[in-house]
Amino acid sequence: MIRMLSWAYLVLAYAFIFLPVAVLVAFSFQNGRLPVPPFKGVTLDWYGKVLGNDDLTAALLNSFLVAVVSSLVALILGFLAAHALARVRLPGSALMRGVLIAPMTVSTLIIALGLLNLFTLTGVRLSLWATGIGHVVINLPLCFAIPYAAMGDHQRNAERAARDLGAPEWKVLTLISAPMLAAPLAAAFFLSVTFSWDEFIIAFLLTRFDVTLPVEIWSMLKSGLSPATNAVGSLVFLVSVTLVILLELTVFRKRP
Amino acid sequence: MTAAVSISNVSQRYGQATALTQVSLEIEAGEFVVLLGPSGCGKTTLLNLIGGFTEPTEGHILIGTRDMAGVAPKDRPTTTVFQDYALFPHMTLRDNVAFGLRMRGMDRAKRSAKAEAMLALVGLEGRGDRRPHELSGGQRQRVALARALAVEPDVLLLDEPLGALDLKLRRQMQGELKAIQRRVGTTFVHVTHDQEEAMAIADRIVVMNAGRIEHVAPPREVYLQPKTLFTASFMGEINRIPVQGGNAPFGPVPAPDGTLCIRPEALSPHGSLRIGLCRIDDAAFFGTHIRAHVSPLTAPDLRLVVHLPQSQPVEPGRVLDLGAETYVVLTE
Repeated sequence: MIRMLSWAYLVLAYAFIFLPVAVLVAFSFQNGRLPVPPFKGVTLDWYGKVLGNDDLTAALLNSFLVAVVSSLVALILGFLAAHALARVRLPGSALMRGVLIAPMTVSTLIIALGLLNLFTLTGVRLSLWATGIGHVVINLPLCFAIPYAAMGDHQRNAERAARDLGAPEWKVLTLISAPMLAAPLAAAFFLSVTFSWDEFIIAFLLTRFDVTLPVEIWSMLKSGLSPATNAVGSLVFLVSVTLVILLELTVFRKRP
Repeated sequence: MTAAVSISNVSQRYGQATALTQVSLEIEAGEFVVLLGPSGCGKTTLLNLIGGFTEPTEGHILIGTRDMAGVAPKDRPTTTVFQDYALFPHMTLRDNVAFGLRMRGMDRAKRSAKAEAMLALVGLEGRGDRRPHELSGGQRQRVALARALAVEPDVLLLDEPLGALDLKLRRQMQGELKAIQRRVGTTFVHVTHDQEEAMAIADRIVVMNAGRIEHVAPPREVYLQPKTLFTASFMGEINRIPVQGGNAPFGPVPAPDGTLCIRPEALSPHGSLRIGLCRIDDAAFFGTHIRAHVSPLTAPDLRLVVHLPQSQPVEPGRVLDLGAETYVVLTE
């Protein structure tokens, strides 16, 4: 009985999480003008339309570039900061850690508004670059905290041995520290990419003419519901799921 | 390939705490020196100073004829075998061993060949494709040794390298370490707190205590003629008997005032320094010998530890006539 209940609970929980997505994906195949019941049959027309739409494919590419580049930058900065703070005791280490992680607790809206003000004041043009900078800001705490938590004595000793064997500091970082932390670094990177990929508020406020996918979807929604929007949403979901599965297969499986 | 190490008047302080006080030591090229002492005696600090991981507060360290002040570990002619091996888990054994050569710009084919040769030297030939996690503790230790020796350092530093191994494997590795040192001729500086290990492998033992050097000598001398009471008791069990005005508690002895130190195995019926009749209080069988507590009849309050041959009947109350073959009197 208890067993049955726990299974029922599990099914309900997953249904709660995934039903909206399932509905979204299902109606992206709607053979009709509106993504609402009744379901009128299956068609791939909307996907064809979406992929034939230059604005959308451009936005897709923009999102991809912003996600990958901003995540790489955040990862490099976060890793270097984590490495330094894990190894050297500085006055105010705790404070520095706190300040690095702080943006995690601030809402993206506040960060976006702050960046908007700053860019306007300093005359930086709003663009994908500006959005990328915003995404570095929100992803840096994550890219710092994950590698930082994974660093330990084991790694410190290996680095010491590498230095002893004649490795200059940049080779210690690239040949020893980073490969030893491959799993947490990959986890941080993929998480950053998914966050950046989905992020709307910063992208909305800090872009002008070239926009990212969430912003493009937003402008599509303004002109009313359409299965095309569902198709875009499904594609975005597909990319996120692929990333998560990749992460699962490459990073978390390999633990010796 | 090998070089002398000269340490003169080195002191090391961390804030208020003093780790080393005015330490001076000459190590010859090609010598196997063991730094021995209890934890906190400064032996690892001294090793780190030679390796360049810390700079001395005072004093100088020369390797060969070169002053090492301000020289980083990577630029010193030293490499270290660490206690936890510190192998690179993401690299094969071959790449681990070849790492130092790679840092010196040797091309891949050459350094791989050298790495294989070094692995063969430590008894791991043909295992270059394995990874560290596939190895046992003893094998990892060998890889760490091969890696440190691959770059042909003048001085090899070993920081309690056998500490994590079980007793049997440790004894075996001691023999191998010594044999490898003889073959490569590199100066070895080895840190341990195990006096048996020190005696098994060292050309000379440096006994350290509380940041100072107590005694530097070959194993036999450190054990049989210790210079200080600390050395005497650290090297193994010893009986300490106070002597005053030519008299020990059990009677007159031909020795100056001080502490008469006698090893348990130096006491036997034939020793030249006569203790006289002693009564056995208790005894236990230790395999290679019988360890017994005895008291001289003339000084029943004095309790001596003595190692007796296996065949000796040792029921409590039995009386033996004992004397010391070797002994030393320390006046401090």
